[in-house]
Formats: sequence, C-alpha cells, structure tokens
Amino acid sequence: MNLTLKIWRQKNADTKGKMQTYEVSDISADMSFLEMMDVLNEQLIEKGDEPVAFDHDCREGICGSCNLQINGEPHGPDRGVTTCQLHMRRFKDGDTIVIEPFRAKAFPVIKDLVVDRSSFDRIQQAGGYISVNTSGNTQDANSIPVEKENADMSFYAATCIGCGACVAACKNASAMLFTSAKVSQFALLPQGEVEADRRVLQMVEQMDKEGFGNCTNTGACEIECPKGISLENIARMNREYLKASVK
Amino acid sequence: MGIFESNAPKGPLAEKWTSHKNSIDLVNPANKRNIDVIVVGTGLAGGSAAATLAELGYNVKTFCYQDSPRRAHSIAAQGGINAAKNYQGDGDSVYRLFYDTVKGGDYRSRESNVYRLAQVSGNIIDQCVAQGVPFAREYGGLLDNRSFGGVLVSRTFYAKGQTGQQLLLGAYSAMNRQINRGKIQAFNRHEMLDVVKVDGKARGIIARNLVTGELERHSAHAVVIASGGYGNVFFLSTNAMGSNVTASWKIHKKGAYFANPCFTQIHPTCIPVSGDHQSKLTLMSESLRNDGRIWVPKKKEDAEAIRAGKKKPTELSEEERDYYLERRYPAFGNLVPRDVASRAAKERCDAGFGVNKTGEAVYLDFSAAIMRYGKEAATTQKISNPTDAKIQELGKEVVEAKYGNLFQMYEKIVDQNPYETPMMIYPAVHYTMGGVWVDYNLQTTIPGCYAIGEANFSDHGANRLGASALMQGLADGYFVLPYTIGNYLSNDIRTGKIPTDSAEFDAAETEVRERLEKLINTKGTKSVDHFHKILGKIMWNKVGMARNAEGLTEAIKEIQELREEFWKDVRVPGNTMEMNAELEKAGRVADFLELGELFAKDALHRKESCGGHFREEYQTEEGEALRDDENFMYVAAWEYTGNPADAILHKEDLDYENIQVKTRSYK
Amino acid sequence: MAKSALLKSSLAKKYWMAFTGLFLCLFLVGHLLGNLQLLLPVSETAKDQFNEYALFMTTNPAVKVLSYLTYISIIFHAIDGLMLTIHNRKARPQGYVSFKPSTNSMWSSRNMGILGSIILAFIIIHMSMFWAEMKFGGLDDTIYTTANGEEVKDLYTLTIKTFQDAQYGLIWAIAYGFAMLAIAFHLSHGFASGFQSLGVNHPKYNGFIRKLGYAFSVLVPLAFAVIPFYIYFVLEKI
Repeated sequence: MNLTLKIWRQKNADTKGKMQTYEVSDISADMSFLEMMDVLNEQLIEKGDEPVAFDHDCREGICGSCNLQINGEPHGPDRGVTTCQLHMRRFKDGDTIVIEPFRAKAFPVIKDLVVDRSSFDRIQQAGGYISVNTSGNTQDANSIPVEKENADMSFYAATCIGCGACVAACKNASAMLFTSAKVSQFALLPQGEVEADRRVLQMVEQMDKEGFGNCTNTGACEIECPKGISLENIARMNREYLKASVK
Repeated sequence: MGIFESNAPKGPLAEKWTSHKNSIDLVNPANKRNIDVIVVGTGLAGGSAAATLAELGYNVKTFCYQDSPRRAHSIAAQGGINAAKNYQGDGDSVYRLFYDTVKGGDYRSRESNVYRLAQVSGNIIDQCVAQGVPFAREYGGLLDNRSFGGVLVSRTFYAKGQTGQQLLLGAYSAMNRQINRGKIQAFNRHEMLDVVKVDGKARGIIARNLVTGELERHSAHAVVIASGGYGNVFFLSTNAMGSNVTASWKIHKKGAYFANPCFTQIHPTCIPVSGDHQSKLTLMSESLRNDGRIWVPKKKEDAEAIRAGKKKPTELSEEERDYYLERRYPAFGNLVPRDVASRAAKERCDAGFGVNKTGEAVYLDFSAAIMRYGKEAATTQKISNPTDAKIQELGKEVVEAKYGNLFQMYEKIVDQNPYETPMMIYPAVHYTMGGVWVDYNLQTTIPGCYAIGEANFSDHGANRLGASALMQGLADGYFVLPYTIGNYLSNDIRTGKIPTDSAEFDAAETEVRERLEKLINTKGTKSVDHFHKILGKIMWNKVGMARNAEGLTEAIKEIQELREEFWKDVRVPGNTMEMNAELEKAGRVADFLELGELFAKDALHRKESCGGHFREEYQTEEGEALRDDENFMYVAAWEYTGNPADAILHKEDLDYENIQVKTRSYK
Repeated sequence: MAKSALLKSSLAKKYWMAFTGLFLCLFLVGHLLGNLQLLLPVSETAKDQFNEYALFMTTNPAVKVLSYLTYISIIFHAIDGLMLTIHNRKARPQGYVSFKPSTNSMWSSRNMGILGSIILAFIIIHMSMFWAEMKFGGLDDTIYTTANGEEVKDLYTLTIKTFQDAQYGLIWAIAYGFAMLAIAFHLSHGFASGFQSLGVNHPKYNGFIRKLGYAFSVLVPLAFAVIPFYIYFVLEKI
C-alpha cells in the first residue's frame, strides 16, 4: 500500500519544529508500524535526506521505548499494544497518518519524535523502591506470605512499561497512572508497606515538581495504556497519600 | 600467561565459594568512598551490580544506550528464573541444579562457576522478594513454581510471562535507591566506545553522549562490562534493535580474550520471518511446548500445497502429519532441549517440508491439548456425553487461561487465530553463551576489567537451559562480582582519583573520534542496514544452526569482503555532534563485522558438535550431535592481535571432578 | 511535609475538589426538597409553607452554618477548579496537531471547566434573582407576613411570578433548564470522579457508584428543571 505521512520534524531541543509530509510506497500489511518507519528512513537515506529519529528498542512491546502519537492517539488506534506491535494491516492504501511525539512539558522533545522521559526516572528515584540491601542475607522468600489476590494486583500494577502513553493521552498531561502504578505495586505487598507513607509523599512531590498536570479522572490513560494499568491504582494512591498526609 | 588462569579456589566443590569469600581482601568502608567503578549496561547483571556496589559504598557510574536503565533487554525475558530452593519438595538441590546446568551445557562450562551459581540461586529469590518483585503465588500466600524446559523438578519462579521485566524493575528500583542517595550517577543515552587502559589496567572509558554527540571521558578504578550478548550479529534475532557487541568488542581489542563465540543459542519457538522488511523476531515462550505438538506434513505435496495456499493444515488427517520430535525423541518428545528442537525443525524445512510462504516454519498445534483439557473440564464440571463442540469450547477456555497473552500476541503479529489453526514457529537466534572470557572472579584478561551476565562467556557452556539466564545475570551482579571485585580494588585504596587528562585518555578519545568521523566521511552509497542484513544472511546460512567447514571458510571470506566494502561504501547521514541513530548503528555493525569473522573462525576450529554448535561433519548416524571430549573439552579464548583472522587461540581445559561426563541423550 | 502536602500538592487539590463537590451534591438534594414544594397547587397554604421554609432557611443558625459551608464550598470548588485548569494547561505547552480524546474519554469529563463556568454564571444570576432579593431586596409589592407578624419578602409569589411572566417566563424556564443540563453533565462525571479522587475505588462497588452517579446526575437536575416548566405550563396562574 501507499501512504502519506505527516511527521513532526525538529532538529534538536533548541530549535522549533514543524510538520512535514512524506510519501511511502510498497508497504506490506504484515509490517509493523516501526518497520514502515524503517522503510521511510531507508528511502530518506537513499535520497540523501536525514532519517526521522524515533525511540525504539525491543520491538516486542515490553521495553517501553517506542512512543509515537499516531493519528491523535498514543501508540495508534489499536488497544493494548505499543507502537512496535501496531501492524500496518490496521491502515488502508492511500491513508494519511499523522505522527507526532508525545507532548508534555515534562517530556521535552530532543529530536523529531524522540522525547526526554527522564522525569519518569526521577519520580521512581524519589521513592519507587523498597529500602533493603542486596546482601543476600535477607530472610527466606517464603517467610513473607502474601495474599494471592494482593500479589496478583501488585503484579498487574508492576507491568507498567513506563512508555508515557498515559501522559500523552491525558488532556492534562498527568502522570498519575504511572506514579500510582509504582505506589500500588509496593503498597500492596507487606514488604513495601513499611515505608509506604514516605514513598507516596516523596513520589507525588517529585511528580508535581516535574510539571505534569493534575488528574481529572477522564480515564483516557487507562484506555490508552498498552498494558491496561487500572485506574484503581490512582484511587489507591489517593488513599495512600491521604493516609500519609493526615498522619 | 598469568592472567589467563581460571583462579578457581582449591578444595571441595561445595566449599570453594565460601572459602574464597573468606580469603579475599576487603575494602574498608571509608576507603570505598574513594573508589570509583564504572558499569556499562544496566540490565539484570549491570543493574544489580551497580546497585550492590553503590550500596557497599563505592562511587558508581552506570552507562546505557537506552533512555532509561529500565529498558535494558533483560526486560523481555518471559519464562522464569531457576533457583534450587526445593520449595516443592521434589528432590531439587544445589547439586542437582549444578548438574543439570553442566549437562545441559554439554560439558563445556567451568564446574566451580556453575556450582557457585547454583549455590547463590536461592539468595536471588530471597533478595527479589524482599525488594518487592511480585512473583506468582499460590493461594496459601507462598511462592509458586513451575517446571521449565524439560527438567525433572519444578524450580522455576515466575511472574506470568513477564519474569524478566519484574526482575529488571527490581534491580532498577535498587539502582534508583542508590541514585537517590547520590551513590550512582546514571549516564543514560550514553554509549561506551572504548576502554582506557593506564599501566595495563582498565581505568576508564570513552563514552558518547547520544543526545549531543559529545565524547566524554570517565575514569574509574575498575570497569565492569554488562552489555549483554551479540545475537544481533545475525541481524534478525530476538534481541532488541540496539543490542550490540560494541563494549565487549572494544575491550577484546584492548586485550580481553573472547571465549567460545560460536556457542549461540537458537530458540525453537519464535514467530517465523514473514518477509524482507522484517526487523526483528519475536519469541514465543518455551512453555508453549508443554502443551503444543510440533509437526510438518508427512508428504511433500501437502507441504507444497500448504505453502501455495491451496491447502489448510486443519485439512490434514493425523496420518498425514509427521510429529517429528515425538518420532525421533520418544522419551522427551516435544520437550527436548532448545538446540535439539531447533535443529530438528531446520532439518525438516531443509528437506522441503516447511509450511509458510518462505518454507521456513513448522506447526505448533494445540488442537490435541484443547481436546484433552476440554475432556478434563467436562469431567470436573460433571457434563455427561459432551459434544465435540462443547469439549472444544471448554478446552479453549483452559488453554486461554494458560497461554492467553501469548496467543493474543501471535494473532497480533501473524493475523491468524491460533485456537483455530495451528501456530507457525521457526527457530531464531536468542542468546549467546559465548562472550568475554573471565576467571572465577569474573575478571577479564585486562586487570580491573570485569564482565558479567550474558556479556561474559558464562556458566552455560555450549547450551543454556531455560530460565537460567536471569539466574546467572542476577547471581553475577548481586552476589558474585561485588565480593570478588573487592579483592582487586583493595590495592587501589591509595590510588586516588584517576585523572582523565592523561595521554592514555587523549589517545583513546582521538581514536574514537577518528573512527566516528571516518564513518560519517565515507559518504558511500549503501545504508548501514544494507550491510547488516547481508552479514545476517551470511551468518544465518553458513554459521547458523548447522555448520560445515566449507561453509565456514566461505563465510569468513565473505565477511572479510563485506567489511572492506562497508568501510568504503557505507552511507551515514548527518554529523557526529548530534543525535544520530544511523551513526550509532554504523559503529555497532562495524564491530559485528569483525566479531562475525571470529565467530566463524571459532566454529571452524571446533571440530565437534556440542550444544548450540552443530558441525554437520560431526554427527551420529541418527543425526545427533557428536561431541569430542578428548580434543575439545576446553574453553576457546581468543586473543586479538589486530585482525580477527589472526586471533590467537588460548585453551582453558575443563576438568570435571564432581560430575561424570556423559553423552546427552533425549531418546 | 505532611501539612503542606494537604494544601499544596496536586493530590490535595483533588481531595478538596472532590470533597467540596460531593458536599454540594448533598446541598443539591436539600435544595431540591425545598423547591419541590413549588409543585403544590396554588393556595395560601402552599404559599405559607414555602415562605416559612424560606424564612427558616435564611434565619436558622444551624442552617446558616450549613449555608456558609455551601458558599465556601462553591467558591473553593470554583477557585480550585480554575487553578487546576490553569495548571493543567501549562502541563502541555505545545499541543498536538491531531488529538482524538473522544476515542478514550467522555466529553463531560474533559469539559468540567466549561460546564463549571456555566454553572457558576447560573449561580450568580440565580443568587441575585432570589437569594439577594430575599435578603436585601426592598419590600415592594410582594410582602409576606410571617406567623409572628414580621414582614418579609414573599419569595413564593416572586418565584411563581417570574416563571409565569407572559413575556419572559418561558425564557427564564429554558435558561434554567439549560443550566440544569450543564449541572447534569457536570455531575455525570463529577459524582463518580469525586469518589475516585478520595480513593474510593473497588471493583465490587465501582459499578454501583457509577450507576448511582448517573442516576443522580439525571434525576436531580431533571427534577429541578421540571419545576419552572410546571409553573409556566401547568400551575394555576397567580
């Protein structure tokens, strides 16, 4: 199939960018979206133009690197997939596809479609861990029984890949789903409960500092999350924070 | 050569590690503050090592090419992590895990290292649980286990199909804690482009800031390489797009021996290649082989009809199908180890029985499992005389509960419903057992330079068992390296900060700069991917699942020619002082073009078949691998002398004192 | 830290928004119960009942406390909402060329600010028409003499007359209905959202809360909106 692509081009963080139009041909329906981008880049290199920069790595939907806003939605029109798992059979011959970087003050553009998501790292660094030493002399793993239901919920919260689709989809560019997933993962486990108060206060403080917007419970993040992280986590964070604040 | 010794401690196997730990020098906490360590790569091995070293008090700098340590490719591991906990009471023990690993590796690994690995495996689980890794649990609240890859005990801990992700995020959170304390400085979107040696010791690296393009000098008292494997030399593999050999290769060129490069694991259950556009291959968890039956048509006409789209697999009766693994290996059937399963698939496809358009795919069929589970479910639900449709419906529910996410992933990629029609699979490059040679302390032949995780030549011998890679990465990072490195660093407590304005740093930086500029200034006509794809084809066809002397000799020559052409005709757009993905790729492919040759050379020299290395000349009458313990029971460690072709072979003989060397048989 | 966290943080803003919002939902119920008396057939009893009720509502000390809480809630809810909107705008200085939020969220949830502004405008007009008249308006033609002989504004007559006005009655009723529509949409998101913000989210109860929210957001504004039309079309003219 042949497609028209409208892509955000921006030389670097300091320059202004703009949308540019490209045509690609001979795209097979079996290609993934990023393989289609590879084809475009090969074409550009051949013509002596600069290829489009975009983040990608594992190409199997788990590393969280790829992050394209495709036709107005993070990771494109399919649900439960990352950009690398989106396939071209989702599009028709002659379609025009608009490709933009994830937009948020806390995700400044580095180049073309590549954004800086280190704000997510800093939120995690503020408290997204359990303070235990890696001595290997911790107690036996089975000495801490965990209710299966909580262990499962903790796991589902922990499957977040940190891609930033929640921020990109949110009309407020809020990072609540991301932050709450980490808060939840640990708050649900007895190991993590010990420092739950400190954790949630610090992580939220950092999240606010980074310039993310607030949550207005539209639920867009949950729908667009490639891993289906539930809004329940945000409520749990709200609870945890309230509890920690009044103490 | 003093530096080429395994340094394995003497004494009984079970006490080696303890007595070694007791005898190595420690660094006092006040002195640790004055010692810097660089860790390149932030996957399971690098991340866990960085966190532990920082916790001990060293100043750690980590480097990764991704935008966050959390994205290292360890994250993609699906199945699980082995540990000799014996929680299931099924007779597992440290010795049994050790034994299985050595045997699975076809007796090409170092006994002392593997035993230590088995010993610390239990600590890993304790550690990860304490860190909040949400492993699967039973209703009683205790950890669940499953059996994996045909072993006889259930020792695999898992978190659904995302065990690697959960373990990596655990290591990443431990890193974050240290970053927050200021003990780790994380340099993300940075790529190490050379190691700097001062007085023969590794004292720093040259790294390129991938955002600005600037070259940076970083000094340290020791350098740890944890940059993973080199499977991407095949272009198509289950590795991430960015996975590369560069860090390992750079230290190799500066004096670190490279061991057993030809030991590469081809994973049997991957989604087949669909066309030339393909950029990577996707693994389907090995657990699918627990229930899926692998087959190809018995008659060539049927295979041809299927390839042409004239026939559907479901139209073939049981008699018309060849369940070749069950036929050849009645004892293990579909659960034979990875190398055996992969070779058998290739054998059938080469013989003309392949089933997709490219002729390179076999079926993995769940219809029998669906019926079996359906009947079981009907019995438990007390449904008498259920119809076939009802049984199928019930069976599909069970299969969905077990493998739902994998089936969904398959359907997304292939656009076929695996509940209705058999899946198509084909082997793909997955893991590299070979790597930088290290001694018992995980030190390379460059003093002060260490290699851990998949980057080292590792404990897996010639073939890795399922769920062992995660175990090794974390064992190295959390529990081995942080101890053994102290022995070396204890001599550095008075050294002080290593200056970066020395002649050695100048020279290294100049060398790196010139190479980058050469890539940009070649201004040829072909893209980097063009060369990478050709290299991949050479590797896959001649240095892949089955190799022979003729093909390997050709491959060496072809790779040499390709390398020459690359440096004459590659086109890298843009410039060095900006974010430039093509330049990054070019540097990595340039290194693959050298490694590929050494890889083929190693395969050519190893005149036997063992594990992932199968030489067609050395097989039994039934087509099974024929090991030559007499002549090849050694680690082949290659020394770089200026050209892969001239690499010098060093042999580390492997002695098995605690294990009886046997022929692997899965019949 | 904990203290400032309850005032300044993003989550605190959510709590206050939710808390005041849910309190205002309670207020709506109370207000509605009073208004429903206007549906009684025109009579002296109806007039007495309503006016006594209005008097009670403006003079009783306990109700006074509640009413001040209501005013504070409205003001706080509005200011907090405004601050949130400004903050949220700033979080995405460069917008998308193509943005399709309709695929992942409801219109009302994304337009709480606009809906809230409409409601605020309505409240101001509403207050100036009835409450201010009641409190500060001079005693002109509509005087009501209470049981203990005091002369106050006859709110009953004022209300009925406003909506029965031949020229403007229907316009007022439609405007009122429009405001109730805005409230309905505002509530359709706000009710359940308030619970979520305060951390009340459990798979077992979420469905119930959401359904309750929808029921509330339809029934309460509808009941409010019916009254002026009833007065205009059905009620006996006074």
